[in-house]
Amino acid sequence: MLHYAGRRIFQLIPVLLGMTFIVFLIIRAIPGDPAQVILGQQASEEAIKALRTTLGLDNPWYIQYFEYLKGLLTGDLGESLRTRTPVVDEVWPYLAATIELSVFAIVIAVIIGINAGIISAWFQNSWFDYLAMIIALIGVSMPIFWLGLMNQWIFSIELGILPTTGRENVRDPVDVITNFYLIDTLIQGNFAQMSVVFKHLILPGTALATIPMAIIARMTRSSMLEVMRSDYVRTARSKGLKMFWVVYKHALKNAIIPVLTIIGLQMGLLLGGAILTETIFGWPGIGRYIYEAIGFRDYPVIQSGILIVAFIFVMINLIVDMLYGLIDPRIKYE
Amino acid sequence: MIIKNTNGGVNLGSKKFLSLALLMLMLISTALFGCSSGNTSEGTESGGEKEEETAKEKTLIFGRGGDSVSLDPIVVTDGESYKVTKNIFDTLVNFGEQDTEIYPGLAKEWKAAEDGLTYNFVLEEGIKFHDGTDFNAEAVVKNFERWAGGDADKFPYYGSMFGGFGDEEGHVIESVTATGDYEVEFKLKRPQAPFLKNLAMSSFGIASPTAFEKDGDKFGDNPVGTGPFKFVEWKRNDTVTLEKNADYWIEGEPKLDKVVFRSIPDNSARLNALLSGEIDLADGITPSDSKTIEGNADLQLFERPSMNVGYLGLTNTREPFDDPKVRQAMNHAIDKQAIVDAFFEGRGEVAKNPMPPVISGYNDNIEEYEYNPEKAKELLKEAGLEDGFDMELYAMPVPRPYMPDGQKVAEAIQKNLADIGVNAKIVSFEWATYLEKAAAGEADAFLLGWTGDNGDADNFLYVLLDQDNIGSNNYAYYENQELHDILIEAQTEVNEDKRNELYAKAQEIIHADAPWVPLAHSTPLLAGGKNVTNFKAHPTGSDKLSTVDLQ
Repeated sequence: MLHYAGRRIFQLIPVLLGMTFIVFLIIRAIPGDPAQVILGQQASEEAIKALRTTLGLDNPWYIQYFEYLKGLLTGDLGESLRTRTPVVDEVWPYLAATIELSVFAIVIAVIIGINAGIISAWFQNSWFDYLAMIIALIGVSMPIFWLGLMNQWIFSIELGILPTTGRENVRDPVDVITNFYLIDTLIQGNFAQMSVVFKHLILPGTALATIPMAIIARMTRSSMLEVMRSDYVRTARSKGLKMFWVVYKHALKNAIIPVLTIIGLQMGLLLGGAILTETIFGWPGIGRYIYEAIGFRDYPVIQSGILIVAFIFVMINLIVDMLYGLIDPRIKYE
Repeated sequence: MIIKNTNGGVNLGSKKFLSLALLMLMLISTALFGCSSGNTSEGTESGGEKEEETAKEKTLIFGRGGDSVSLDPIVVTDGESYKVTKNIFDTLVNFGEQDTEIYPGLAKEWKAAEDGLTYNFVLEEGIKFHDGTDFNAEAVVKNFERWAGGDADKFPYYGSMFGGFGDEEGHVIESVTATGDYEVEFKLKRPQAPFLKNLAMSSFGIASPTAFEKDGDKFGDNPVGTGPFKFVEWKRNDTVTLEKNADYWIEGEPKLDKVVFRSIPDNSARLNALLSGEIDLADGITPSDSKTIEGNADLQLFERPSMNVGYLGLTNTREPFDDPKVRQAMNHAIDKQAIVDAFFEGRGEVAKNPMPPVISGYNDNIEEYEYNPEKAKELLKEAGLEDGFDMELYAMPVPRPYMPDGQKVAEAIQKNLADIGVNAKIVSFEWATYLEKAAAGEADAFLLGWTGDNGDADNFLYVLLDQDNIGSNNYAYYENQELHDILIEAQTEVNEDKRNELYAKAQEIIHADAPWVPLAHSTPLLAGGKNVTNFKAHPTGSDKLSTVDLQ
């Protein structure tokens, strides 16, 4: 297992290297001069020229690429062209905001998705099954933009029970320690504030969770259906074991493996795909950080942002692969 | 078949099923509504003890579309940064409450020499920067030394407003010297007509020398000025918090205890936040939402006086737009009033000149090209194009204050042009590419606009239509030597009347040559709660909130 983990991590190196190269090339293929974009419509020509030189944009691309790699090796992700701040110094609050939101979303998606899938499989062809699968179908095809604005309308404006946007009550801001606001408020023992932070998570969290929830529910259902047909489930049933235990203990353990893969993939997608949700809900996360950087042709930020998200994505996959072995000891790592 | 078997095997009492369904419901509702009890909604969430706190402490929350780039006003050129810095820094002279006339600021009086080469300022006494540093002549000199010692990359607006840096030939300011503790003398190399207006621009906010000497490039993260509000905290992409400067030098100001600028990029979401009471003021209201706001008894609509122009640029070097007749035909062909009515929701006025009427020097005697397709056809015929022609029409991909929906305006224009036999194909690019292609003269015709920086005619006519600016902001590639001479003369003419005459003449030339089809001067909209009082939107786009109050 340890050996396997070591090898997998070693294999990451060419993957990540390849990723840096692809991202680098794609970004430079986008037309538009960053110097012009940074300085805006009002900028003079001399200012643009001067900035291009300062930014090293006059160098050939391969030199820029090697400069970038050299920086990466020393833990330097480059400096944001827009704010002139090292990316390493400014990225954490955005990343933490996105992680907090994604983890919240994936927890909702997993709890509801898996249970809905299990129950659908358990009572196959019942009204619950049909309803759940119809909802799942709608969930997959629902535009997040529309869903988000509708939820704001219903829960914030009409019912007045949830906030529309942001991470906190700005009239009573959270003192930042880790940038995970739930944890920060917990450390400070400020439970009133914690409940406010929690409420801010609900609308964007459910909007973000909708698609993975639907996918997980469908995957769980089909995986469960397959397992429930197997001999050992029938044996367990015939021994007189309660159905609840058969389903949640015996069947689920075997059915969960493919679902786990899906969860891993969805978790990765959430991290990168939160742009829309973060825009509608004014969530200061990494999706918006990258999005704004694209608008400004802020190469180092786009590169690093994508690289960080990709890195997390790869790491999650690694963790998921490791989990297989814990859940099902028959799976051997070569 | 097998599935049926399995299903048969799964046999449950209806009681158990019910309890499971209940469990599911519970799970869903827990996830949806959260398990928190006590405090109810965000609107009243400041409820209980907090409500009292807010009642004592007046916090205004200003919702806007994007974050600031830096809070050091001299290093930026974007409006979102000035919105904040305008409240942290004061300038030597100020614009009027809702116009661009010049009033005293940190300088209580000044004298300009007859030849326009020397300006003597007398400063207010007894003012302190937020960090306790004294404001005096020395501080002003140090600010100018800092700026003049920079370069176009570091302080872009200093260079473009004062013609360069340090010893550069174009640099207008020869010296800035303290002639007393509270007296400063500016010596110019040549007269510069918009000099005072430039000084009033938000970029030239006077900063604490102690702070910028200490922080250097990091000054923008911890800005210190003499303004009505002090900087407290900046959560990037989220909020900027300012608090009252209790020692502000203007008696009785500011009224508010705290101002929080919050970024909510999506327009609909920002309006939702206003409706739910999470923010008190919302910037960038879409014209189509104005009726919603006017129909809501809890809200009020604010109109920002227009200081912009939206236009259809014709690339004067490309066929057939190299022929003035064709350009005039375009001007006659487009129904501007219909466009303003439909896409600006009537909130804006039809443009006939390249600059808005609030700017001094505006020539109201210009007779606009009326909407007349027949006349347009005639002009095309005279130009030998009776069969019309094909062209590409660039539609802006992003909304801008001067152009709420480029795509739709382009479609309207396309239809107008079809009536005179011109076949326009609408194309669009991502914003940066769009500007780049237009600047390179690759467009036949393109939608674009401009918001004024300092309320001066030069900032429109010279910047947008002088031959010096081809390849930069003269996207139309329009060239006219006579116009150039007039604009350059106007730059050094200090006599206001003579200057206005020059600009009147300039607008006549431009009108005859018709390098663009000027479309509209739009009115940007803001909305706020009914409890916001004394908010006056400034034409420059950055508002000083020192007199604003919450009831």
